[in-house]
Amino acid sequence: MTFQSGAKRDFQVVGKRLVRPDGIDKVTGKALYGADFSAPGMLFGRVLRSPHPHARIVSIDVSAAESLEGVKAIVTGWDLAEPEDEAIRDIRDNCLARDKVLYDGHAVAAVAATSKSIAKEAIRLIKVEYEILPHVTDVDVAFRPDAPAVQEGRSDETVPEESSPNITRRFEFGHGNLEDCFAKADKIVERSFKTAATHQGYIEPHACLASLGSDGRGELWCCTQGQYLVRTVCSEILGLEASQLRVTASEIGGGFGGKTTVFIEPVALALSGKAGRPVKLVMSREEVFRASGPTCSSSIDVKIGMTKDGRITAGEAVLRYSGGAFPCETVQFGSQAAFAAYDLDAVKTHGFNVMTNRPKEVAYRAPGAPMAVYAVESVVDELCQEFDLDPLEVRLKNAARKGTLSAYGPTFNEIGLMATLEAAKAHPHYSAPLGPNQGRGLSCGFWFNFGGNTCVSLNINSDGTVGVVEGNPDIGGSRASISMMAAEELGVPYEKVRTVIADTNTLGYNDTTDGSRVTFAVGLATIEAARDAIKEMCGRVAKLWGIDEEAVIWENGCAKPASSNAGDFEPMSLADIAAIADNTGGPIAGHYEVNADGAGVSFGVHLCDVEVDRETGSTQILRYTVFQDAGKAVHPDYVEGQMQGGAVQGIGWALNEEYIYGEDGKLQNAGFLDYRVPVASDLPQIDTVILEIPNPGHPYGVRGVGETSIVPPLAAISNAVCRATGVRMTELPLSPARLQKALQEA
Amino acid sequence: MVRVKLWGSLSDFADGKEVVEVEASNFKQLLDRLGETYPGLKPQFERGVSLAVDGTIYREAWFTPISDENEVVLIPYMTGG
Repeated sequence: MTFQSGAKRDFQVVGKRLVRPDGIDKVTGKALYGADFSAPGMLFGRVLRSPHPHARIVSIDVSAAESLEGVKAIVTGWDLAEPEDEAIRDIRDNCLARDKVLYDGHAVAAVAATSKSIAKEAIRLIKVEYEILPHVTDVDVAFRPDAPAVQEGRSDETVPEESSPNITRRFEFGHGNLEDCFAKADKIVERSFKTAATHQGYIEPHACLASLGSDGRGELWCCTQGQYLVRTVCSEILGLEASQLRVTASEIGGGFGGKTTVFIEPVALALSGKAGRPVKLVMSREEVFRASGPTCSSSIDVKIGMTKDGRITAGEAVLRYSGGAFPCETVQFGSQAAFAAYDLDAVKTHGFNVMTNRPKEVAYRAPGAPMAVYAVESVVDELCQEFDLDPLEVRLKNAARKGTLSAYGPTFNEIGLMATLEAAKAHPHYSAPLGPNQGRGLSCGFWFNFGGNTCVSLNINSDGTVGVVEGNPDIGGSRASISMMAAEELGVPYEKVRTVIADTNTLGYNDTTDGSRVTFAVGLATIEAARDAIKEMCGRVAKLWGIDEEAVIWENGCAKPASSNAGDFEPMSLADIAAIADNTGGPIAGHYEVNADGAGVSFGVHLCDVEVDRETGSTQILRYTVFQDAGKAVHPDYVEGQMQGGAVQGIGWALNEEYIYGEDGKLQNAGFLDYRVPVASDLPQIDTVILEIPNPGHPYGVRGVGETSIVPPLAAISNAVCRATGVRMTELPLSPARLQKALQEA
Repeated sequence: MVRVKLWGSLSDFADGKEVVEVEASNFKQLLDRLGETYPGLKPQFERGVSLAVDGTIYREAWFTPISDENEVVLIPYMTGG
């Protein structure tokens, strides 16, 4: 795919800070979220969840619940179909267990009743007999060959024999001769790190309204990052034809990767099919914590060698991630991202996915990368301290750049790491003075980004306005940026364009809103759809003027003669052409369908100042600056919002957020009172510096920006704490109790 | 012949070779012919692989052209959050 990537463009709309189209609806409560939908005759669903971390289901007796007045349907895992795809069977078994429950909170059965209170009472009346099995929630314990098996027979061909039954897959990446290159180092540091599982922490719990008839036709309204994915998964789990299940995405109150799967939607559909009435199912916050997917917990060993002048000679890491009770791929991304910021002669990463009795992992912003980069950047920082070297100069000396053989295989082309590092070096933050008990930390971060399957329809309305129909829920401001790109290309005011999100039966398939793909891929498709419409409009004007189509050009929102040789005609605006569309061939629209590639990787650098209270162990973030390459910032407010949001989530991950399990295998902090996310009063202004190194794979140079920003904070903060206290912390979060203990022991 | 770099754990199923050569002019041919030559690669191919051509990553595009002048690298299938 090639675009006018080399051409400098004087943007008229793109790059401006325009009014967001969803703002008023959201602040006035008009916007409809997942739990806002209702239907006549609607029932209320509720799910019975396992109190055990690991147990065999001996029997489920629903007779007492069924006889309760007002109960209209009860389903268990055996009411669901048998998908061919193994990954979808895992999703099914996560939605409703069959033979075994695999974690505290695993769904066992569900009820639909005429009121919430009746559904609650019916759940209480369901009798489940369990045979308790040994459990394991710690990744390192689960990694041992003698660990309790969470599931049997899930290891694939990459896993060595005699390994733990919980290891499902192994990955290895890298190049070069480690032994030779480590031998060139003046110092080698080896450290082991652990990070806790953290939740995406979206404010809106999972919610849906399902209606499934006996004819196999269904309607589903839900909060999701991908209505097409929901359709695919639910169709297979329910044994429906995809065309017969229409899925409509609501507004979304945060996703961050956590809404790229289903937890309750197949259950609500099954209940509705059985009851013959619509069923609404909404997770409580406790259910969200216990039974929707957090990110992986991790245990990582890192070894890095460096010369005394700051050249990294070699790096190696072993990464053990647990994505809960099912096979999970996330460790591969950590293994690839760990050393991506560095130009290394020898590098090797070994990744293992390990099952534990925890909820099934779901993606969380740059899945797998933050913890891997935390471990690597911590060791790099320690080596900088060892040789008394400036950590930013060391990054510049070793930074990946165009022509670098990346740690995960390909050679980089145009990337922005050097530019972000130079920007950080030149920024006043880097040289600002620090006080007692204060420290400054630095970290690089990396994420791949991708494009994916995308359809866009762009309709020229008869009044000269424009409607864009796209298929990706707007979780980060995409309706604004898509409208801006349509306006830019068509040459019409932004206010004349409205972008809406289609349901699954209105537009062709679109991949989920993830991978930082929407502004890149949907933007690309929108631009091409606009060009398609422009071609149609120019063709009609050519007929009106009686000249060749090639003799008409589009400029500043008007069709014009290409030159004086083409004739002397008054330019016709988009509105002029739209007004006579009926007479010139009918409705005017542009379309584009693509599986977009060329997303372009993204790098960021974070600077962080902290102050540590040595008495309490609490850490205050004093100053924080994010430097990130956006390719081209379509709507800078939203780009800054992504950079700030990722940084804040990373601050939470570094300082306080963690899934805490007791010896009994039960989650102990399933609520926002005990699972502490950062709030506004915890934070300074997160400053941002957007760099624009154009991505040659996009007509405007756009790169994804949604994920990279969560990668550096873990290491940036831990490095800052180390420089403030002299203590190198190797386990996250750096909660006050953990840090205070380390300070006392130092 | 196109030289194809494999990631480490994939090379275990290609007789330990980190680089394999294949006669192919696009991604689909590459997958088909590598699968025929090294059947142990097929399970991973079925789970999904991405292709990097001169540094640009292609997730699924079978008809992506490749030649002996390109740097061609197989990497695991990309997803995100």
